[in-house]
Amino acid sequence: MSDELEIKELEEVVVRFSGDSGDGMQLAGNIFSTVSATVGNSISTFPDYPADIRAPQGSLTGVSGFQVHIGASQVYTPGDKCDVLVAMNAAALKTQYRYAKTGAAIIIDTDSFGPKDLEKAAFKTSDYLGEMGIDPDRVIACPISQMVKDCLADSGMDVKAMMKCRNMFALGLVCWLFDRDLDVAFNYLKEKFAKKAGVAEANIKVIKAGYDYGHNTHSSVANVYRIETKNKVPGRYMDITGNKATAYGFIAAAEKAGLKLYLGSYPITPATDVLHELSKHKSLGVTTVQCEDEIAGCASALGASFAGALGVTSTSGPGICLKSEAMNLAVIMELPLVVLDVQRGGPATGLPTKSEQTDLLQCLFGRNGESPMPVIAATSPTDCFDAAYQASKMALEHMTPVILMTDAFIANGSSAFKLPNLADYPAINPPYVPEELKGKWAPYLRDEKTKVRYWAVPGREGFTHILGGLEKDNQTGAISTNPENHDLMTRLRKEKVDKIPVPDLEVLGDKDDADLLIVGFGGTYGHLHAAMDEMRAAGKKVALAHFKFINPLPKNTAEVLMKYKKVIVAEQNMGQLASWLRMKVDGFVPYQFNQVKGQPFVVEELVNAFQDILKK
Amino acid sequence: MYTAQDYKKGQPRWCPGCGDHFFLASLHKAMAEIGVDPWNTAVISGIGCSSRLPHYMATYGMNTIHGRAAAIATGCKVANPDLAVWQVSGDGDGLAIGGNHFIHANRRNINLNMILLNNRIYGLTKGQYSPTSPRGFVSKSSPYGTVEDPFRPAELCFGARGHFFARAVATDAPGTVEILKAAYQHKGASVCEILQNCVIFNNGTHDSVYTKEGRAKNAIYVEHGKPLIFGENNEFGLVQEGFGLKIVEIGKDGITEKDILVHDAHCEDNTLQLKLALMGNGDGFPIALGVIRDVEAPTYDDSVTAQIEEVKAVKKYHNFAELLETNDIWEVK
Repeated sequence: MSDELEIKELEEVVVRFSGDSGDGMQLAGNIFSTVSATVGNSISTFPDYPADIRAPQGSLTGVSGFQVHIGASQVYTPGDKCDVLVAMNAAALKTQYRYAKTGAAIIIDTDSFGPKDLEKAAFKTSDYLGEMGIDPDRVIACPISQMVKDCLADSGMDVKAMMKCRNMFALGLVCWLFDRDLDVAFNYLKEKFAKKAGVAEANIKVIKAGYDYGHNTHSSVANVYRIETKNKVPGRYMDITGNKATAYGFIAAAEKAGLKLYLGSYPITPATDVLHELSKHKSLGVTTVQCEDEIAGCASALGASFAGALGVTSTSGPGICLKSEAMNLAVIMELPLVVLDVQRGGPATGLPTKSEQTDLLQCLFGRNGESPMPVIAATSPTDCFDAAYQASKMALEHMTPVILMTDAFIANGSSAFKLPNLADYPAINPPYVPEELKGKWAPYLRDEKTKVRYWAVPGREGFTHILGGLEKDNQTGAISTNPENHDLMTRLRKEKVDKIPVPDLEVLGDKDDADLLIVGFGGTYGHLHAAMDEMRAAGKKVALAHFKFINPLPKNTAEVLMKYKKVIVAEQNMGQLASWLRMKVDGFVPYQFNQVKGQPFVVEELVNAFQDILKK
Repeated sequence: MYTAQDYKKGQPRWCPGCGDHFFLASLHKAMAEIGVDPWNTAVISGIGCSSRLPHYMATYGMNTIHGRAAAIATGCKVANPDLAVWQVSGDGDGLAIGGNHFIHANRRNINLNMILLNNRIYGLTKGQYSPTSPRGFVSKSSPYGTVEDPFRPAELCFGARGHFFARAVATDAPGTVEILKAAYQHKGASVCEILQNCVIFNNGTHDSVYTKEGRAKNAIYVEHGKPLIFGENNEFGLVQEGFGLKIVEIGKDGITEKDILVHDAHCEDNTLQLKLALMGNGDGFPIALGVIRDVEAPTYDDSVTAQIEEVKAVKKYHNFAELLETNDIWEVK
């Protein structure tokens, strides 16, 4: 490092890598976050990719972004806007600049800003910076393509293969800018390309070239930044996305319960990665069946549960509609089943790659008849692990289907995950029918306290029985159309779900004297927390109550919601949680903040909206 | 050793004379002869008159939702391959609302015994045409006759690459028991089409073969390795002619038993098996009963289990703690 260069310490920084779908922006972003996490920085990432797999090269619709937020202390979101924007071509600059802070550093590959590139990106003149109002002093304009070619001239690679390494040049440059240790990146690449030593070597060479370029030219920014880590929690960590954490949660729960894990699924964005992840782990005995449709995914998972497995089905968007019929069968048969809904923009096909919280009321109510089902909403990428574990435990111990809600934002986003120790997790004890009930048992005999029926798994002598979608007699388990019995069974199914214990709602921030209570659920936790922190830092009295357990609601829900003078429910839908809470808590009349853009909340917008409420 | 009684439960509530009564008795008998413990047997149905069947079984079972029996049975079998899984559907449940699951269970070749009780009508909803009702069929939902062609179950099964197809008439107990046993013995998806009469809404639909006398005249019992001979006095036989089949009279025009086509249920190529399965009285042919196709192939459930074992042998992680270690891990001190 050059002596005259100033090294500035930063609290946090947001970097957004953007380019064509095929430019490897996600890989560059992942390596940067891993390198940062290794020194103990807090990380949060968010991929923002288009619905088209390969839109025409250089086109506006084909731009893919990957945002990384690293911080000295805890970061809760991938950040509203970035401090550094990497734009690998003209279209990326055009579409992604809106995510850059005023005065952000912009790194561009000038070789991808030729007349044709500019035309594809709908620039009118060759002064693309001028057109966008970007101060050239903030731009690190570098002929990345040419430099990569030069760097790999002796490698024997063809130009196409060389160009695949452009992302590593940008990564090297960013690593220089933030004073990152390249060794971690090198090891990452060596492992990733273990079977292609040549590729690993070329990538490493290009990273170095990018780093050296920054070093030699000091680029056009005057400082190198360092993010020192505060409040380290010692331990062993890995980077994990929400979808992967969800898959891991199911694996952990099945192992703890001593059951086979069965996933019935049908590919659908953005839930498919759960199917991918679980399909890899056959050495753990995980069975995945890619079914003929969403219906079969859910139905076969229920069949697997009947046979004594932990049956899981995963989906998103329209898939949850198709599964509702078989979910209802699980409700009336009272069998364990976990239904994962990775929410995306709707209705219908909607915004397949974008994030919303618009399925809540469907998850709660979207079935014919009185059909109570527990609903859990994971709050962050890493919380997906705990939420999947808890959903599985709940389903198995209470003989009920459970909906686990996540969303595209936390499913695809990642953060550092402290490796869990399964021994620290609560036991999972399904209510298997005790042997001594042989001869006296019927399918709907229940535990007096919990109202949970016993589970007799096929293969056990003395407990043969027939379940089904027709109403059953509460004593004999035979088909019954008796009016009193139906009324009783309806109440019993509800009572069983209502009795499931869930943790109390926690209030964060100024819980004793807040002037405003922020309320949310699921994947918006990070943004709401960040908004609260910002307001408190500005001297405001604010608290946050964030729901993870939505049905049944925590016992102290009414107490918390009615305690504060002003309450705002902020959600990425038109007010579904607010409706549910108003239904459950007499006299609860909250303010609402609703946004359905398919994009994560922007902390600044939240803060502004909340300030307005305080002024009222 | 079991008797039919060991698999029986409850009092069936089908209409008097319904073909389902006959079939149920044959199923109890077949299960006793097969000898799988009732508690290691699961009978899974969808919705419809015939889908009530599990309630009359002293086994494990489910009477599920309309059309989904094959999908639910698939999960059940894959999760516990040790169970003998029987899936029971009618023509509406199996071929209309559940058509997708029917073809994919066949394509995957999952080891299910798939019973298709075909009465060519919707009974439980009181008399609408079904996907096996013939063109022009008059019903409550087609007062002027249908304007669509029916599925022929064998064709659908073969089109989905099914490896087992057999047919019996509900009133023919020995014939039914025989194909049910063969279906159980066959490893893979085994489709048994049961021609069954609905006395209320489609009475007489299978009249030509519903009695023993009728079958003697209008049906042919096919058996692997035996010549395809039929008729009240075994006087007729089938021979191949051009791309099709032809009926010949033994003893006439110098035709002897040796000239008659010998049934090959194990033949991988299903061309002639399909021709047998599609024969109908309307074309002057006898209706084929018995095991028409029975070809060995890898089953889905076996393959799933085998693949898990293979991967277990190769991969070094076998529990959750070991799985975690396969990731890029860093330590914060």
